Parts: sequence; structure tokens; C-alpha cells
Amino acid sequence: MISEKDVKYVASLSRIHLNEEEAKPLAKDLEKILNYVAKLQKLDVKQIAPTSHVLPLNNVFREDIVRPSLTQEETLNMTVDKMNGSFKVPKVIE
Amino acid sequence: MKLFSLTAHEILDLLKAKKVKAEDVVSSVKERIDSVETRVHAYARVFETREIASEGNENLFPIPIAVKDNICIKDNETTCASKILKGFKPPYDATVIAKLKGAGAVFTGNANMDEFAFGSSCETSCFGPTRNPWDLERVPGGSSGGSAAAVAADETIWAIGSDTGGSIRQPAALCGVVGLKPTYGLVSRYGLIAFASSLDQIGPITKDVRDSALLLNIIGGYDENDSTSVDTPAKDYTKSLISDIKGIKIGIPKEYFIEGIDPEVGLSVKAAIEQLRSLGAIVKEVSLPHTEYAVATYYITATAEASSNLARFDGVQYGLRSIPKEQRKNPIVDMYEETRNQGFGLEAKRRIMLGTYALSSGYYDAYYLRALKVRTLIKQDLDKVFGDFDAIVTPTSPTTAFKIGERMDDPVSMYLSDIYTIPANLSGIPAISIPCGFSKNNLPIGLQIMAKAFNEEMIFKIAYTYEQNTGWHKKRAGI
Repeated sequence: MISEKDVKYVASLSRIHLNEEEAKPLAKDLEKILNYVAKLQKLDVKQIAPTSHVLPLNNVFREDIVRPSLTQEETLNMTVDKMNGSFKVPKVIE
Repeated sequence: MKLFSLTAHEILDLLKAKKVKAEDVVSSVKERIDSVETRVHAYARVFETREIASEGNENLFPIPIAVKDNICIKDNETTCASKILKGFKPPYDATVIAKLKGAGAVFTGNANMDEFAFGSSCETSCFGPTRNPWDLERVPGGSSGGSAAAVAADETIWAIGSDTGGSIRQPAALCGVVGLKPTYGLVSRYGLIAFASSLDQIGPITKDVRDSALLLNIIGGYDENDSTSVDTPAKDYTKSLISDIKGIKIGIPKEYFIEGIDPEVGLSVKAAIEQLRSLGAIVKEVSLPHTEYAVATYYITATAEASSNLARFDGVQYGLRSIPKEQRKNPIVDMYEETRNQGFGLEAKRRIMLGTYALSSGYYDAYYLRALKVRTLIKQDLDKVFGDFDAIVTPTSPTTAFKIGERMDDPVSMYLSDIYTIPANLSGIPAISIPCGFSKNNLPIGLQIMAKAFNEEMIFKIAYTYEQNTGWHKKRAGI
């Protein structure tokens, strides 16, 4: 049901490079898990509203006033590569 | 009596009576860590310096506490037991840490955990497994296994963990300690590195019920930095510690005592239920008909949320960055993919990929949306019972602690460890695990008590009454 090709596709959607030896067992694992969760298909849920969140809260706002936050320096301190006040990354466009 | 073996409230009494000094307690716990940590491995890292800021101030709690490795302490490496966060030092304190600092807490170290809280055994940690203090060949449970093992081995006085599908309660049960998952929204999650945001909750792991209430007093309450924090009036939970449950209505879900439950666990929990009845509770069987769908619902919703939350670990802003030697796609995508390949362990990859699959085009309705709808059914089951009952009592885990390695090759059997704890997360209600006996081979068994949202008082009352009339919590791991 889940092929190695499917696993590689999902891995690429997940931005994970998989080593060859990982793809096969992961295909088996995912198939096993999907077979288990297939039991959800037995229920009739046509009339049921989804619950994405249990609290009766929505759109929590605060007053729009400027407050102290992390400085540029504090933020950049955590990265492995920075330049001129920015995060430095490998080339994005060829 | 060694100071490290005491509860926080016992130590506070001694401090108030000026019979001991905070530094004596701190050094006692340090000696204990030095003598047993190599065998238990409860910590991802043990702190060398332990500041005691509170000597002489009676309103403070200078109690040693272990912090799960997914809760940010400013300028202290915090890694979720994952290689991908190696070297990450948060620039701010989680709200619970700020509250604990304000209360004079002394941090002992970061407790080990399953990587990103993905697991029920503490075996997926990049630091290697934590061992159960009751039997070093066995797991402590997970994902807050390090926190629970540290408390059970007296390597801390108390601890905090996080619970997404049972990650506080299941290890508490397997280690013979008390673990509380508070109501969703009661404890701020600001500074908790997110796993599944609609389910995660921080809570206390302690040696007894009084300590659980005391620690919840410190860490609970509204926080504007967490948009899911609920603004409820502050409570003193120690006021609920009354040994009296006469007339309290307790439901026992019949679906929780069927296939897969270890007979010894079943017997212990049934004996505990009889004890609650003899203490005056009104006990009746109830039905939670969608119980068998809880694990499947959870593994879709939790992994979907995790796949989104963990997208931030891409090598750009913090943590590991890894670049492959040869170009595969294009330079930046290669960096993302190789960083995540090197940084995440196998279970993290499995869950991120499962969640991505469930959210992907063509599968969203069949998996994710359907799981959200079944979540509604599971919540409705509980709401219905709570219309007539004050609490629901169940086993915490279907088995006692299993052997290290036993379930690592079978994700589904590992996931089923959380079958009894997941419904409380899916519906947001509070639940506690307290010790209720031991198996023939001396492994702890846990009793779970659930109540309505924001009714932690009911949980504490029942848990305290049971504990005071039985005394299982006094038995300590003989390490």
C-alpha cells in the first residue's frame, strides 16, 4: 500500500532527506500505522463538527502597543551563520 | 531520614521550623544524584551551580526541581533530547520557569525525555534511555520519563513535565509517583517547545498529592503570552486536600477493562475502586463508547500538528545546520533536508512524515478532518458522563513498566501504551495518576482520576483521600 516511492515523496514534503536504508523500514512502519488508524473509517461522521481545539476561545488579541522584544543581536546569537545583521543561508536562487 | 527522600511539603515544614537550611536540602539532593544518576540516567544534563536565592524568606519554596528538557530556561541549553537543538540556548524563560524562579526554586537539571516528547518509554532520546528506578532493565515510561524517574529515584524533590497524550501520567504510573495533567489552558505553555499545540500541557510530577497541589499553585494561572491560556481566578489547591469523598459520584468506563490490560493492573485498579466505594464514593459503571478510536484519533491529530510545529527546525535560526557534500536539489533545500535528516531521530521522522501525509492533498479529508470529527465524538462521550458524575476512574496504563527495547520495533504497540491517557488530552480535561499498588515483581501500578475541565479540586480531593487511606506513595524504589 505504501511504497518506498510514496515514502520518499512524503519525506520531500516534510523536507527530510532519507538515507536509502531508512526508506524501506519507514514504508513498512507507516503502512502498519495507517492500517491501524483505518479503523476511523468505520464511523459515520457526516453530521459531526470537527474539534480542532477544546477551548471556547478565539481571536485572542492584545492592545496594539509597542513592547520590548528580543533584540536583533539576541536573535542572531542563536544561528550558526550570520552576516550584516541577517541570517546567512546557502544560495536560494541559482 | 535523608533529606533527599522527603516531599517538598515536609521540607517546607522543616525550613519553617528552622530545623534545616535550604542548602542542606540542595546538597543532599546533589549527593543523591552523584550516587545513582549513572545507573538511572534521569537527566539530559545536571546543573553544576545551584543558586539559592531565597534563604530566610518564608514565602519562598527553595525546593530542588528537575525540568523536562523541552521547557526553556534562559541561557541554559534546552534540546528536547534532540540532536537538532544541540547547543540551543533560549534567550528567555518559559512562564513556568519565571514563576518557579520567583518562588525561589532551585533547578537540579534538565530531565531526559523522548525526543520532542515523541514516545512512551524515554528510549528515543538522543542521550540514550532513562532507566526505571524500580527495575533498571525496564523503561520509566515517557515522554516525561526522566522527570518521573528523577522523582522516583529521589534525584530531585519534584519535577515538571509535559503531557500531550499521557506523557506525565504514564511515566508517573510506571515509576510509582504522582503525575498531573492540568486542564488545557490552566498552565501557560509559553516557552514549552511545542509538539501538538491543541493537546500539550505542562504539569507537576511529585512524590505525593499534596506536593502536586503545591506545585500547581506555583505554575498555574493566566499568562497573556500564551493565547490559549484561560483567565480564571487563582486558586489554592491545597484547600482541596480533604480526606472525605462521601457521596462523590465516580464513573468506571467499562471499555477500559477489556483486551490488552495486564491482569495484575486490572486487579489492582479494581481493588482501588472498591476502596473508593468503601470510603463513601458512589461508584457506577459508565460507557465511553468511542474509546477504541482514541489512539487512532490522537496519532493523526498529534502528528499533523507536530509536522507543522517542527517545520521551524530548518537549520536557519538556531540549532543544528548540516549541508550535504554533493548538491541534490538546490543549495537551500539541500540544507533543510540534510539538517532534518541528521537532526531528527527515527521516531521524529516517522511522526513528522505521518502528520505530513495526513495533511497532504488527497488525504486531508480522509485522515485529518475525519480524526477531528472523531475527536468531537470522544469529547462528547466524556461530557455526557460528566453530566451525571464528578469523576472518572481508570487504570493509567494497561501494563506495568516494560523492558527496554521491547516495543521499539513496533510503533503501534508503543502507541497503545497511551490508550487510557489520550482521551483527557483530546477533550482538554484534567487527569492525575497516583500509585495504587504493585505487581508481583514489584513494579508500580497507577490509578487515573479524571474530572471536568478546571475542576482540579475534585481530582485532588479523591486522590488525596485514596492516598491517605492506603499509603502506596510511601513505598520507595529501592535503588
